[in-house]
Amino acid sequence: MLELLPLDWAWAIVLYWLILAGTGLLMQSRPRLITGLVFPLGAVGALAISAVGLMGLIQPASHFILPIGLPDLPFHLRLDALSAFFLVLLGGAAFGVTIYAVGYLRGMERGSLALLAMWYHLFLAGMTMVLLADDAYAFMVAWEVMALSSYFLVTTDHDVPEIRRAGFLYLLIAHVGAVSLLLCFGVLQGGAVANASAYTFDYMRNAEMTPFWASAAFLLALFGFGAKAGLVPLHVWLPEAHPAAPSPVSALMSGVMLKTAIYGLLRVTFDLLNAQQGWWGTLALALGLITALYGVIFAAVQSDMKRLLAWSSIENIGIIIAGFGLALIFYADGKGALAALAMTALLYHSLNHAFFKGLLFVGTGTVLHATGARNLGRLGGLIRYLPWTAWLTLIGALSIAGLPPLNGFVSDWLLLQAFLLTPGLSQPYLNMVIPVAAATVALASALAAYVMVKFYGVIFLGQPREPGLVHARATKWPERFGMIWLASGCVLLGVFPTQVIGWISPAVLLLTGQSMVNDGNWLTLAPVDADRASYAPLVFLAVVLVVLLLTFIIVRKIYHGRVRRADPWDCGYPEQTARMQDSAEGFGQPVRQIFESFMRVERETPDPFDRKPQYRGDSRDRLWLLLYAPIARLTDWISDQAGRVQHGRIQWYLIYSFATLIFLLVFVTR
Amino acid sequence: MSLTYHLQIVNLLAALLLLISFAMLSQRRIVGLVTLFAWQGAALATSTAIVAWSTGQHHLYYSAALTLVLKVIAMPWFFYRLIKKLDVDRDVETMINIPTTMLIGIALVIFAFNLALPISQMAGTVMRSTLGIAMATVLLAFLMMITRSKAIPQVIGFLAMENGLFFAATSATYGMPLVVEMGVALDVLVGVFVLSIFFFQIRETFDSLDLKHMEKLKER
Repeated sequence: MLELLPLDWAWAIVLYWLILAGTGLLMQSRPRLITGLVFPLGAVGALAISAVGLMGLIQPASHFILPIGLPDLPFHLRLDALSAFFLVLLGGAAFGVTIYAVGYLRGMERGSLALLAMWYHLFLAGMTMVLLADDAYAFMVAWEVMALSSYFLVTTDHDVPEIRRAGFLYLLIAHVGAVSLLLCFGVLQGGAVANASAYTFDYMRNAEMTPFWASAAFLLALFGFGAKAGLVPLHVWLPEAHPAAPSPVSALMSGVMLKTAIYGLLRVTFDLLNAQQGWWGTLALALGLITALYGVIFAAVQSDMKRLLAWSSIENIGIIIAGFGLALIFYADGKGALAALAMTALLYHSLNHAFFKGLLFVGTGTVLHATGARNLGRLGGLIRYLPWTAWLTLIGALSIAGLPPLNGFVSDWLLLQAFLLTPGLSQPYLNMVIPVAAATVALASALAAYVMVKFYGVIFLGQPREPGLVHARATKWPERFGMIWLASGCVLLGVFPTQVIGWISPAVLLLTGQSMVNDGNWLTLAPVDADRASYAPLVFLAVVLVVLLLTFIIVRKIYHGRVRRADPWDCGYPEQTARMQDSAEGFGQPVRQIFESFMRVERETPDPFDRKPQYRGDSRDRLWLLLYAPIARLTDWISDQAGRVQHGRIQWYLIYSFATLIFLLVFVTR
Repeated sequence: MSLTYHLQIVNLLAALLLLISFAMLSQRRIVGLVTLFAWQGAALATSTAIVAWSTGQHHLYYSAALTLVLKVIAMPWFFYRLIKKLDVDRDVETMINIPTTMLIGIALVIFAFNLALPISQMAGTVMRSTLGIAMATVLLAFLMMITRSKAIPQVIGFLAMENGLFFAATSATYGMPLVVEMGVALDVLVGVFVLSIFFFQIRETFDSLDLKHMEKLKER
């Protein structure tokens, strides 16, 4: 009897997805089969891969050599606890999103549906291979498969010029990042040219490196993975690419693909490099905090719902990277238990973000399908017409806002606990600065809650801002089921943190050499010391439910119990129209006022005599102007100069080769 | 004794080759250019045959025959017909005036001789002193391609360059292996056919064979 390890299952599923990708392309003339069969089968694969991940978390690491690739350079695969954790994340989020896609993609134009089916499954396979790769070669191949397939997914509607532009920007930054990663692996190899196995991660783990080269490798990795994750200032592609992509794709890219960058960063920093330095952590912490704050500020002023979520993804990545920096600081300082705490927080937050951001993105997809509008100014009051979507999205919004007992709270809270424990550090300077960092994280979380109030309130509450919204009709069952899956993920991850942390701990153990100390019991979560702080989500949930129930009973039965329907008091305004509501721009106004120096605001104020006045305020990223526009201008200038060589006259071209010939002849005879 | 006698003839033919190259630089009419090209081929074929006879390198006879058939008979005949058909036998205006071209040519010859000096000392052939002439022929043909603005003279310049290379190969190493030479000859033949098809296409598109019209093709 052949015993199959989790790793065997994992790459079998990769193969299965590749076959599905091919099948999807072949079924071009049968669009119903693509949505009815290919995508559900893909979702089964996703469920299976998360089961494989759960198995992999409890089993020891396994290796496998896949004899494909170049001669003498086979692909090395490995499944250890870290890969397994990210496989759970990938499978869990991808299952819900893929099921959702079954409903969402019905009625799509058939040619692009077949292509979408191919790229979608190729994308899943690529991400899984990134997690399984155990050598630089396989990793880069998988990384590029992931980048290219997601590029084609982003440009699904490629007849729109803006989408083509967004796709190009994404591809450009992805490639700049990939070059950096290639250099990083080159450095990690330590110049061992003669050694044929130097490209494997096993070799890199044991390579001796001087501190200088180790730092170079870390910085290259931070740049390369930062470009994929959306670390400021490499974030510019995110707010462009996410609105351009179809909603399930945005959900996957934001929920899962950004996490592969986190995975890579953890893999290189904690696994492949073996002498971590404290200042790396400080750098990552600073960049992460800047990213978090920058992302949330811009999220607050957006008026396009998917763009808002994209900026919010940047914020969450910032928080994750800040946690990474903190873990690195602790680890380099020899505080294993605290490093484990920060690491747990960051892994937990990655998992949470996959679920709630996936949920929110598919929620916007449903709204988009039902109303055709992405701009918040054209939505409103949808809770009456799309009740399922509204309630499920509410769970996602509450999670991302960090409200107990949902999952966002757990990871935010763990991270803040880790920050508050820093006085144990041996560097007094860091001890002084890190409370400020903790305050920044708290500020970002608070602003995130503000963003979510805006997001949810403007879309679902109040009155419809357009008359057509009344006809918005909801969702098919696959869509609902996908959203229910993601929402229950949010709830369960929030209510059972102790158990989840137990699952994560092999990955944390692998990275930091310790697992998080939970001083509480199965019911309460108490990092490090139960006397300091503890959190019992089940108790909290029970209390909330009991209080709700009691209130309901008291109001309904004991107080007077009658239901009276009447017009509400109209505050002295007998005419209440939808235009009197707070708009998305209005909601973001305070944040825009405070942080105006970060952004360039373009306003169009209406004419006083306009019968139908429209206000438009657009806040642009100033970093684009400061950093990217000069580079773009320089590139243009250089290519203009190079273009002068092209005369169109054959004689001139002949002179070029003639001069080269003469030069080479002179050069040879010297 | 006979070797030096043959060598003198080869040197004479080499000098003729160089002279024809200069003549081609100064020739204004296309028909004259083709005639000169035929004469250059004839000189080349003769010198190759003499080298073959004097050194006993039999494969050079084939090279000489190939040159004779292709470059003295077939291609000039082909070009005469082409010129008649395309009706382009007019004075060719050059990009740089002819005296200046000649002066540049002289500078190139000096450069080529300077260049060939160390190489010819290494070569072990009887006619190594002609290597400088061979190189000068290549460079002069290149110069002709640069200075002419019509398509046919450029192709002739290209073929003259090939002549120079052939001569260089003969003088430095008694020619390339026969297979290579056959291949090169075939390439030249096919090249001429393809280019003549281009001539018709260019004329159809631009109503002229003047290559300055092709400037329009560049981007922006």
